[in-house]
Amino acid sequence: MATSTIMSATALKNPQEFITCPDTGLHLNKSVIPLSKANMFTAAVYLLAGGILGLGVALTRWPAVHLLPSEWFYIALTGHGAAVLLFWVHFFEVGIAYFFCTTPINARLVTPKLAWFSYFLMLIGSAMATITVLTGHATVMFSSYPPLMANQFFYLGVILFAVGALIPMFIILATLMRAKSDGTYKGSMPLATFGCLVYAIIAVFTWVMGAVILIPTWLWSMGLIAHIDPQMYRLVFWALGHSTQQMNIVLHITIWYTLAAVLFGARPLSEKVSRTAFVLYLFALQFGSVHHLLSDPGTSAAWRTFNTSYAAYLAVLGSLMHGLTVPGSMELAQRRRGLTHGLFEWLRKAPWDNPVFSGFFLSLVLFGFLGGITGVTMSNQQINMIVHNTIYVTGHFHTTVATGTTLAFFAFSYWFVPILTRRKLAFPLLAKWSTYLFGLGMGTFGVFFMAAGHLGVPRRDWDITFADAALPFDFSATVHMLIGIAEIGACVGGVGALFYLLNMFGTFLGSKSKVLAKGAVPPLAEPAGLVYARAHGGSEPHHTGGLEVPGSLVLAFTLLTFLIIYYFAQFKYLSTIWGIH
Amino acid sequence: MYTSLQPIPQRHWWRLGIGTDEKIWIAVAYTWCLVMLFWMIGWLFLGNQNQIGHSYRVTIDGFANKMDQMVDKYQLKDASGNPMAEGSNDIPVVQVPPGGNMYIAAHQFAWPIIPVLEVGKTYVFHLSSQDMDHGFSLLPIVLNLQLIPGYDYILHLTPNRTGVYRLVCNEFCGLGHHLMTGKLYVIDTAHGVVLDGKGGVKGGEIGGAI
Repeated sequence: MATSTIMSATALKNPQEFITCPDTGLHLNKSVIPLSKANMFTAAVYLLAGGILGLGVALTRWPAVHLLPSEWFYIALTGHGAAVLLFWVHFFEVGIAYFFCTTPINARLVTPKLAWFSYFLMLIGSAMATITVLTGHATVMFSSYPPLMANQFFYLGVILFAVGALIPMFIILATLMRAKSDGTYKGSMPLATFGCLVYAIIAVFTWVMGAVILIPTWLWSMGLIAHIDPQMYRLVFWALGHSTQQMNIVLHITIWYTLAAVLFGARPLSEKVSRTAFVLYLFALQFGSVHHLLSDPGTSAAWRTFNTSYAAYLAVLGSLMHGLTVPGSMELAQRRRGLTHGLFEWLRKAPWDNPVFSGFFLSLVLFGFLGGITGVTMSNQQINMIVHNTIYVTGHFHTTVATGTTLAFFAFSYWFVPILTRRKLAFPLLAKWSTYLFGLGMGTFGVFFMAAGHLGVPRRDWDITFADAALPFDFSATVHMLIGIAEIGACVGGVGALFYLLNMFGTFLGSKSKVLAKGAVPPLAEPAGLVYARAHGGSEPHHTGGLEVPGSLVLAFTLLTFLIIYYFAQFKYLSTIWGIH
Repeated sequence: MYTSLQPIPQRHWWRLGIGTDEKIWIAVAYTWCLVMLFWMIGWLFLGNQNQIGHSYRVTIDGFANKMDQMVDKYQLKDASGNPMAEGSNDIPVVQVPPGGNMYIAAHQFAWPIIPVLEVGKTYVFHLSSQDMDHGFSLLPIVLNLQLIPGYDYILHLTPNRTGVYRLVCNEFCGLGHHLMTGKLYVIDTAHGVVLDGKGGVKGGEIGGAI
């Protein structure tokens, strides 16, 4: 294939340290393969555990079912949060970050032994925290706000996990520096690797903040420190808790660009714009953590305004830029390949039955339209007080972490796991269904939870009929219906996740006889510029001067229109409630 | 002739121009970002809903004493002269004069008082907790504020509709979190909207009730 020749055009410095994928021509560092397998497999195990706990939560919160007793509900809710929000996403991310920092630039991982050590730290830490939660010794929720106190082994487990997740970030940075000084690639690093670099830098900040807040809390749980200030804890905790979500975003956007390259031979419309958008994240995204504290005491108007606007909305600008350039890179590639009719031929004729594509594109659309719009609006400092801690918040972050990050991870797995294992996907038909079921199921869940949140349903509450409360009252039939529909969505999404997991376990654990010399994955798409140059003679023009991606521009303006309407609709409602000063 | 997964052959990519689509979009997108920024700042000065308030560090006991003193002084009496209270745990019904201080020191797993407010009058709310973090969620308007032990969160609240409001706790505060419901009355004495003595309000036009 043409791509294979391109990928191997740069001679490998140490060919004996690499295995070349016979299908894609990608050079995989021999020490990365088992590391990625171990991290991604462990991630899948935690998704299974977290998914089962999540289903228990969903079937309890649905008033018509109300499955678990209250103590088990709160245990399952804490366990669900830790298992998916920490362990599933971050094992997965470490697994694929090792790929992004090596293969695209023909680099080898600098210290595989240290990477294995960090893997086992993460494994021990996550297992310790999970067991402590499931045995009922740490029913404190993901956020574990003091003065609620968990058993010391919960904090110790999370600290070990955080340290284990921090070490790979230094390995990634060292790998990139080593590759640069060894000259393993010519020119500038690929956008995919650049995204991974930004991810690693944000991750260092994030995990260090985790240590800063959790080590004193751990000492407090052992009685060695008398007092943890609850407001200080909230401030520093969210520098960990929210920044981990920023890591997810950076890496799933990296995945979006990568899959557009894999499927369509896409390149960014302009390297300058796409990389600047990542750099805006690097410098401005972390301030956003503060939107967890907007309805709290203790902070000033100026402090809130600077931080909650992510420093004058620079990080939001970064997201909006990606919002055009990710579909734009795909559209440009499709147009170079001749799909030039109308606004959307490039999209209509995309491989919608390929879960790598459907997962990628659904994730892009659902993250932008559901997670993005609601996230920008609710993190406005005034709007925050009409949604803070309602089930709206739960709905919102399922449209970011589930239909955004997790769905992108599904899509990436369907491409990458066959390359790693040299096996075809175990259940391709289930894979095809999984992205739609998960995307639409969790999307429904998110939207209906947000609606219920606007009607006041609290988050993290076992019984919204308040049957045993001192002053009983019940929400309206409308609220019960909204929650019921949301939980049906959660069950549908759960089936999608199950189909994904069957594929992961089936492919990772498949018999040796299924290992293929060739043909486990389709070849990489040829760079669209090459296709164009061959068809038209000469080389691909850099910019034509006119509109090159009108379809993506229409999508982006549609998103912006929804955002503007939604933003002012929230303010319209806010203006009708009590005066607050 | 490369993709997002391959190194860029030329190093001069930073000097290459930006396409028209991206230029238009970046200009429009950042204009909107600035609109959001200045709208948010403008609302601080012109809007009627800003939850900045003032905050002080307090001791848990000192704050609880303030609330107890308020209850002693301002708990309402029913028709037969007994202190008015509601619920299985006798939560006192408290009415402070307009402009007065309303202390709420929440604790596991009940709201300690049932405030009575006059519509259109401003009250100085002091929100805090005696144990864990709690969430002050006022229904049906869905106004949500965070209560943190050791912090006095001071906000001037002006109710604009009469009726019976509900409080729920929406910050997880322990295994009895779902038991923590409360109540708040907004009355309009001048227009005859008063407590009916049976857990509701009567007379006049009642808004805001669930």
